[in-house]
Amino acid sequence: MTAFLKRYEGLWLFVHSPAAIIAAIVAILIIMGAVFAPWLALVNPYDLSSFSLFDGLLPPVWEDGANPKYLLGTDDQGRDMISSILYGARLSLVIGLSALAIAAVLGVGLGLAAGYFGGRFDAIVMRIADVQLALPAILTALLIDGIARGILPASVQQDLRVAVLTLAIALSLWVNFARTARASTFVQMNKEYVQAAIMMGQRPSRVMFVHILPNILGPLLVIMTVDLASAILLEATLSFLGIGLPADSPSLGTLIRIGMQFLLSGEWWILWLPTLFLVALVVSINILGDFLRDVFNPRLR
Amino acid sequence: MVYFIFKRLVQSVFVMLAVALLAFSLFQFVGDPITQMTGVETSVADQDRLREELGLNDPFIVQFVRFTGDLLQGDFGFSYRTRQPVADMIVERIPATLELGIVALLISLAVGIPAGVYTALRPRGVATQAILMTTLVGVSIPTFVIGIMLIFIFGVQLGWLPTFGRGGTVQIGGWESSLFTIEGWRALLLPAITLGVYQLTLTMRLVRAEMMEVMRSDYIRFAMARGVPMHKLHYKHALANTMVPVITIIGLQFGGVIAFSIVTESVFQWPGMGLLFLESIRFVDIPVMGVYLVVIAFFFVLVNLIVDLLYVAIDPRLRIKDVQ
Repeated sequence: MTAFLKRYEGLWLFVHSPAAIIAAIVAILIIMGAVFAPWLALVNPYDLSSFSLFDGLLPPVWEDGANPKYLLGTDDQGRDMISSILYGARLSLVIGLSALAIAAVLGVGLGLAAGYFGGRFDAIVMRIADVQLALPAILTALLIDGIARGILPASVQQDLRVAVLTLAIALSLWVNFARTARASTFVQMNKEYVQAAIMMGQRPSRVMFVHILPNILGPLLVIMTVDLASAILLEATLSFLGIGLPADSPSLGTLIRIGMQFLLSGEWWILWLPTLFLVALVVSINILGDFLRDVFNPRLR
Repeated sequence: MVYFIFKRLVQSVFVMLAVALLAFSLFQFVGDPITQMTGVETSVADQDRLREELGLNDPFIVQFVRFTGDLLQGDFGFSYRTRQPVADMIVERIPATLELGIVALLISLAVGIPAGVYTALRPRGVATQAILMTTLVGVSIPTFVIGIMLIFIFGVQLGWLPTFGRGGTVQIGGWESSLFTIEGWRALLLPAITLGVYQLTLTMRLVRAEMMEVMRSDYIRFAMARGVPMHKLHYKHALANTMVPVITIIGLQFGGVIAFSIVTESVFQWPGMGLLFLESIRFVDIPVMGVYLVVIAFFFVLVNLIVDLLYVAIDPRLRIKDVQ
């Protein structure tokens, strides 16, 4: 067993890092909960007929006046908190992951091409990246969202909310991927295998995606975990600000915004349970990201 | 030196032009100002006449030059939502955001730099490990959650501090300040801490990394071998050399502070520019959005220009290079 683990250095480091193990368990539990939400949840929070106002504001089971049917209590609409949180996490993760995928494809594509071709193309891409880097991601995302509100006709606004939000987050995160991919590509360009592939007359797209890309995946993976956390945080922040998702299809950020109304009254669970869930998710992803960075960068150990 | 500043100035002008172009494209591509201004009853002929009178049929470049000229003269147009001049709306809000941002930045520096130095000098200490762990969690907690937590603890549970608004303000030559009353400071404290926490962790990590780097360098080792007292070594030789990157990060952080002030202002209902921007996005109030961008970019450029000048003041090598 030890010999097997030692062969795979990353795995060896993993079983010796309690923080990483706990983070991985928490992240996997939350993701599983989100994926299987339709089967785990008591009620469907999007379906108005599945819950009733009479069950509103029930506390979690360990407090007085609770209904054992609702383990973590209900909100003012009578929605089961567990169900809302699971569905909310599901939406947050779907938006975060799709935004991440778009940002990765766009950023890695542009970064690879910039590193491969260099010259004017590189200069243009990097100037755009510089300008965008000067604007914090949240400002970019807000701006894109505002523009979308102006351009799209009111009739499709509600239906396209998720798409607009995803795109706004993706467009504010691609820069990290582009810069990392470009820097790593520059290093690879001087290696003999790349020179040989070019010499053999292979098409640029083949050299970029078949030869260079697999060799720069490590640093990109680190960016990916860190940016997944950023994407989830961005979505939560936008929804919290009331710019993201509406109250009838709540993500974790929307749930926290709704919970804010109960900050002064006694119903603490409506606010703090989704908050705890969001923080646990983001902290565990960040710890995993830190761990991956250490694995791929032996100098930091 | 003069050439260096001149070069920076020219660059800044180009950045401002780029931002103005972005703001102008907002007007061009988002919504039609004529439909915003006229009602349903206005005939097509009248609409066309209005379009011609306002110069909306002119070529893009002519309109852009006119737009930039108006901006330079301080004519920022009217809000679609409130019909007030945008300039008045923004100017009214600037003091609140600037005071919040500056106090937050000061908090982040006053705590971040000593913490960074401490954790760098005692890398294996228990306190260091605790501080580093706290910052990792601190980075992961979104700004708005930190704000809610502070409101809950200090506003709701303990009842020590107000949780919204600016408290008592004093007018000083048109600048509405909350820095001169106790009520104002009490109201400012929670939002400023909320805004400062994230920047604080960044400052601390940077100072720590720089300090550790410097402590490994040859000249520090030589000074150590020569018997320079440790405290003098740490706080005179080493710290002075970490200041250049720290100043850079202040310039960069300013942008972050302004952007995150949108979130903080929303949590604490702080009547600053961020809250105005948020409202303008909700109502697709393009003039306010555009002007907000231009104003923010202006502050950003200004701070970075000052940072460049500070480099020269701090790093003597930059001055010598100029003489040669």
